[in-house]
Amino acid sequence: MAMNFHQSAIKTRFAVRFVQAMKRLNKRRGVTTTDSYKRYRATRAAACASMASAVGPQRAWSRAVLSKTKRRRFQAISRKRRLINPRRNLGFGQEEDLRGLVPGGKGMEYCSLLSETAHYIRCLQAQIQVMTDILHHSSSLN
Amino acid sequence: MSSRRSRSRQSGASRISDEQIVDLVSRLQQLIPEIRSRRSDKVSASKVLQETCNYIRSLHREVDDLSDRLSELLESTDSDSAQAAIIRSLLM
Repeated sequence: MAMNFHQSAIKTRFAVRFVQAMKRLNKRRGVTTTDSYKRYRATRAAACASMASAVGPQRAWSRAVLSKTKRRRFQAISRKRRLINPRRNLGFGQEEDLRGLVPGGKGMEYCSLLSETAHYIRCLQAQIQVMTDILHHSSSLN
Repeated sequence: MSSRRSRSRQSGASRISDEQIVDLVSRLQQLIPEIRSRRSDKVSASKVLQETCNYIRSLHREVDDLSDRLSELLESTDSDSAQAAIIRSLLM
């Protein structure tokens, strides 16, 4: 459960994928240019998919995100497993809430949930930094 | 309990100690701005999970907001050279 997190590598991998995805989105004339809500949804989906792709299949949360877009490839891994460490009841449903917030959280062992959550948070932080940088650079170019 | 262990075939799956759980919870605490500076023995696991959920929700909202602004902006930025400039500056 060691967490090897090289943030600059993840940021670079994410940035390349996300900018490529945005280029593809921009080329799609029609729906995405006339409907700003759809454009926003497509942008957000591209951001989340790009981060999951940058992480790859090594993490349960990224596999869960990738399996939504690439169903066949990652299906085998998401088989239901008997939970070996049954859930700890901490009261007030925070564990349930957390399982709902982390991709793939519902099927995880409690200890995996904690480890996956930490990695997921660090990736979200990296993603936000890169998206913010892109936003600032794009604004200054226009 | 031992009968469960003999049935586990997945690599890496084993009985996790309470100590390991405490360690994982305190690592989470370090990531949450709201509670990271408090002593870990003074923050309950329940509180850590609660603040973790709040923090993830706020991160999701940030991603939503940035996606919204980027979707407007990048639609008008059309040149490849603009995107090349973005990547270059990120890699520096």
